[in-house]
Amino acid sequence: MALERWFRRNRPTRKEDDNAPAGLWLKCEACSAQIYRKDLVANAYVCPECGHHYRMPVEARIELLADAGSFEPWSGGIQAEDPLGFVDTQPYPERLEKNRQKHGRPDAIVTGGATLDGEAIGLVVMDFQFLGGSMGSVVGEEIARAAERSAQEGRALVAVTASGGARMQEGALSLMQMAKTTVALELLAERGLPFVSVLTDPTTGGVTASFATLGDVIYAEPGALISFAGPRVIQQTIKQDLPEGFQRSEFLLEKGMLDDVVSRKALKERLAVTIRLLRAGSVAREREKGVGRAAAL
Amino acid sequence: MPLPFEKPIEDLEIKIEEMRAYAGEQGIDLSDEITLLEQRLERLRRDTFDNLTRWQRVQVARAAGRPTAMDYLQGAFDGFTELHGDRTLGDDPAIVAGLARLGERSVVVIGQQKGRDTKENIHRNFGMAHPSGYRKAMRMFDLADKFGLPVITPIDTPGAYPGIAAEEQGQAWVIAESIRRMSRLQVPAISVVIGEGGSGGALAVGVANRVLILENAIYSVISPESCAAILWRDAAEAEKAAEALKLTAYDLLELGVVDRVIDEPVGGAHKDREETIRRVREAMLAEVASLMPLDRQALEAQRRERFRALGRFRDAA
Ligand SMILES: [Zn+2]
Repeated sequence: MALERWFRRNRPTRKEDDNAPAGLWLKCEACSAQIYRKDLVANAYVCPECGHHYRMPVEARIELLADAGSFEPWSGGIQAEDPLGFVDTQPYPERLEKNRQKHGRPDAIVTGGATLDGEAIGLVVMDFQFLGGSMGSVVGEEIARAAERSAQEGRALVAVTASGGARMQEGALSLMQMAKTTVALELLAERGLPFVSVLTDPTTGGVTASFATLGDVIYAEPGALISFAGPRVIQQTIKQDLPEGFQRSEFLLEKGMLDDVVSRKALKERLAVTIRLLRAGSVAREREKGVGRAAAL
Repeated sequence: MPLPFEKPIEDLEIKIEEMRAYAGEQGIDLSDEITLLEQRLERLRRDTFDNLTRWQRVQVARAAGRPTAMDYLQGAFDGFTELHGDRTLGDDPAIVAGLARLGERSVVVIGQQKGRDTKENIHRNFGMAHPSGYRKAMRMFDLADKFGLPVITPIDTPGAYPGIAAEEQGQAWVIAESIRRMSRLQVPAISVVIGEGGSGGALAVGVANRVLILENAIYSVISPESCAAILWRDAAEAEKAAEALKLTAYDLLELGVVDRVIDEPVGGAHKDREETIRRVREAMLAEVASLMPLDRQALEAQRRERFRALGRFRDAA
């Protein structure tokens, strides 16, 4: 199976180095074991000793979920403007350009069509390395387009999120992407097509408070920080220590906020099973044939 | 207490008062002098308020004495009947909701309520809602749809509350759900940003067909203080952040985030509450009337298209 092959392969590239400490060997941040870097990469960025999930590059994520050779990119055709003329310690356009050069894409997102264990899906993967995966106009638009195209082509939508939240440099327009992505998901709902979100470390702020938590089914990776307000903000507000494991996947599962915590190795299969089960219903098939809104509500 | 830039205005007001008192005591006619000073006062007010910096507007938006949601509920609507509770956990005082009449029509109003004094501010949690508040809002959306009542949401919050219980109860989840629920309304929906439109906590009740804003209100993805703390690593740089964020009424009109700016009386809403409330009422009446001819599908479609279209980008190089 393609997944197994992928786990055995060693393909560290420069780009991937952002996601785990550099060097030939590294000390696991969770269990302190000395791990050979290649082993970590070959293990889908999961510590072979303790199972700690490191952040994962976008390309590796796509390889993890899409059937071999099935991914066809949709995103990349648009790039950000600077609607506010935003300058902090450097101008926003410069920040963007540096990130474009470094990460080789126009913004913090990749979308495309693929099959996942044979199931036709639209796939959205956010890039936390690109300006913290922040959602500005381009990220919002790519998500909206991916949702709409998936609906038109009868695909389920899978979104793998990783984001610090809204992109401050685009001001209120970034805030509006929360509503934009939300309304774009309606087409999927109307056609009875599943939207499954996979929350990965970290998913916070405006992304958590919009499309990411509107999945028909919401999964999260182990140990992921998932929040509306970040832990530091909360600590500053309430001036007391936060509970153990606060805002981590397992904690949120216990609070009833997630459908499950799924390890990276089990993720593809779990997504396939979920999508298949959701799409198997005869009622769902009727809707896909175009019985509209009234039924979906 | 005046805002820092209001000090010269207040000084002049005091001077005029003193001159009046003096003229009365001494039985002399100083009306020419007083008229001159009053003209100067009017000019000073106008100059000051026509040229407010963005940071100054942030201060006006948060000024003590500025009309709150409850002031509009009592002044711009008739027969406000408050409805409490989210039917799950409790009743969040940071959001006031209920039925009222706006002119001829019954409407559902969902307002974010800051306190008018310290005691009320603590009770209202400074207008920062918990998930319970957004659940109450969603219940009101259901009610509005069921009875065909237009929805009006006065927006005034620093943001959704960032606390332990709020996170445990799914703050992000309810904001997302409220955004979706409001976008699906089958009735006219009008939001009016009356003070602070603080991020997702404001947008959760801001997915309206028409989004209005008072001249000195603000609407932002993040507070200037928090933005400064992140980007400049110093909350004291809030003034710079306020400028950079382009969060004023006219900035937002230009960006298409709001549809209409309601002028405030010279000197700001807090200096003439009655007139401000009257103007907001007029604007709401006109906007509801303009939406009434649209049927349910058209209302939902217009709202979806409005938000779907927001954002600025170009073809990639
Ligand atoms: Zn480990």
